[in-house]
Amino acid sequence: MYAQMVKSEASTDDPALLAAFQARIDAGEKIEPKEWMPEAYRKTLIRQIGQHAHSEIVGQLPEGNWITRAPTLERKAILLAKVQDEAGHGLYLYCAAETLGVSRDDLTEQLLSGRMKYSSIFNYPTLTWADIGAVGWLVDGAAIMNQVPLQRTSFGPYSRAMIRICKEESFHQRQGYDLMRAMATGTAEQKAMAQDALNRFWYPSLMMFGPSDKDSIHSTQSMAWRIKINTNDELRQKFVDQTVPQAQYLGLTIPDENLKWNEEKQGWDFSEPDWSEFYEVLKGNGPCNTDRMEARQRAWRDGEWFREGLMAHARKSAARRVAAE
Amino acid sequence: MSSEWPLWEVFIRGQHGLNHRHVGSLHAPDAELAIRHARDVYTRRNEGVSIWVVPSAQITASSPSEKGPLFEPANDKVYRHPTFYDIPDEVGHM
Amino acid sequence: MAPSLSDVMTPDAAALAAAAGGEGRAPLAAGSADHDLFTGLTRLGDTALILGHRVSEWCGHAPILEEDIALANMALDLIGQTQLWLGLAGEVEGRGRDADALAFRRDAWDFHNLLLVERPNGDFGMTLMRQFLFDAWHLPLLKALEGSTDARIAAIAQKAGKEVAYHLERSADLVIRLGDGTEESHRRMQGALDALWGYTGEMFLGDAVDQRLAEAGVMPAPESLRAVWDQTVDQVLAEATLTRPASTFAHKGGKQGRHSEHMGHLLTTMQWLQRAYPDAKW
Repeated sequence: MYAQMVKSEASTDDPALLAAFQARIDAGEKIEPKEWMPEAYRKTLIRQIGQHAHSEIVGQLPEGNWITRAPTLERKAILLAKVQDEAGHGLYLYCAAETLGVSRDDLTEQLLSGRMKYSSIFNYPTLTWADIGAVGWLVDGAAIMNQVPLQRTSFGPYSRAMIRICKEESFHQRQGYDLMRAMATGTAEQKAMAQDALNRFWYPSLMMFGPSDKDSIHSTQSMAWRIKINTNDELRQKFVDQTVPQAQYLGLTIPDENLKWNEEKQGWDFSEPDWSEFYEVLKGNGPCNTDRMEARQRAWRDGEWFREGLMAHARKSAARRVAAE
Repeated sequence: MSSEWPLWEVFIRGQHGLNHRHVGSLHAPDAELAIRHARDVYTRRNEGVSIWVVPSAQITASSPSEKGPLFEPANDKVYRHPTFYDIPDEVGHM
Repeated sequence: MAPSLSDVMTPDAAALAAAAGGEGRAPLAAGSADHDLFTGLTRLGDTALILGHRVSEWCGHAPILEEDIALANMALDLIGQTQLWLGLAGEVEGRGRDADALAFRRDAWDFHNLLLVERPNGDFGMTLMRQFLFDAWHLPLLKALEGSTDARIAAIAQKAGKEVAYHLERSADLVIRLGDGTEESHRRMQGALDALWGYTGEMFLGDAVDQRLAEAGVMPAPESLRAVWDQTVDQVLAEATLTRPASTFAHKGGKQGRHSEHMGHLLTTMQWLQRAYPDAKW
């Protein structure tokens, strides 16, 4: 997911306070920034929301890669609006994290120095125009699976950010599918591009949910805190069940020989992605890790004079106003 | 000195004349730019007609530990709510 | 003027025209009112398109999130304006070319945008300065177009004018702040101003087409926009503590289809899919 393999912290707080805190969460109450919370809850959330925000920001790059090559004015505008939304979503999430006592600049530094991660999916390249469709359809589709339940997460600012994001995001997956449909029903070359995009993005999309976590202590803790609502396997299954008929409608083939309807579970059986590839990508060995980090580092470094220039001007004008009074 | 832009809270009044509502926050060097950023960030879908921004540091919030004393007294003033009053059906809508 | 080369050479022009019912229609005669109008509209549309394209190159790479979002809004406005101007141009031409056909299937010599907007982005200061010098011209132009004798043009100008008023407010303010910011931001903004200055003169240079359009009350004479531009620019530069360059030299040719080397590369990127897969529908 946009926040993958987030490790939870072990709690060291007073057991009575912890129990009262857990009771509030169990009662469906929202936890607000200035209220007491276990240090471990706070730290885990910073990690999770920060990673989610970073994913939105780095996620601008693979799609942004095609803005200047979009084939029609309308497709160009749609893609630009969508990538702009990703920036907005990153911004909302950073703000949610900031209520926990960390600054956006801190989080940015941690991303740029490699101490914080972003979703593995954005280390894959967008090689053809059909990839833009695949990203919207599959990647946003997978993200929505996770984000819709997170609207009910226990931390107030995170929940509110997710509500806003989900509202805005409803067009993202649809535009991806619409683009894919234009490709799948187009010329032979377009159809080939569509199939190729599905082939390349299928398993990385399944990886977005993270390895099975049904036995993970981190996952159990996060679920108790309601900062994680479903297990990775549940969401993955749901995603496959939703996506298979959509692919069939397009006349595209999911690249999995073992894909089979399972009458008993009323869902599709499917192959696991290659988890060794997933761990390599996390380690920095994906096709685009270096490029993505360099692009973000350059943007931040090259923008420093701009940010400082505006801050300096604001200080000067404030001082002038004081002097004039 | 840190060059990090300060944080602002953004309040927007929508199309229908309701009160300004808190919609989120953003970073800006000063109030004027905060308004402009709010326009660009929070009204991309035509959400608002009026924007307020307040430095986050200037917000004074009620303390969570006082939640009881502050809000519970209102709990028993049920007579403030319209459903407290039983109006006979024959009277119609009121 | 002879029929433009791309009209003759683009292999699919005939097919496109046929598809939209304009088959067999002759190219507009140079010097005719429709040809003038078509030229004037492509000047507006191409300028919006190329600047929108340049600004969109920043998406995901701007100095801070809030700016990234603001720039995308501006690019979206410009692309929207492109659709209107070029859509109308295609209609006037009557040969079945829509805005997309004009944007993605003409070669550089048929593009009539200002040289200023095809300048590469450079650093963020260069991009902002280019935007300001352009907006300070774009707004009075649109205001004048609101009074066009052609109601279709007046309607587009009215919509675009609201968007561009905001663009100018934004770019002027940022130029002031950065000019009067740090030593470095001042130096960069002055450098950008000096580098772009020679590309501003073209905005006020009229040719025979401009003159006929102005006489017909369709579009303002370019020279008529100079005074208000000078006033805006002088006022903003003064507040920004920047020095207006003394040179009056003006690079020109963009409006007539003679572009810089940058233009070909921009089009290569922008038009690639439409050119590589001419039969595709997107």
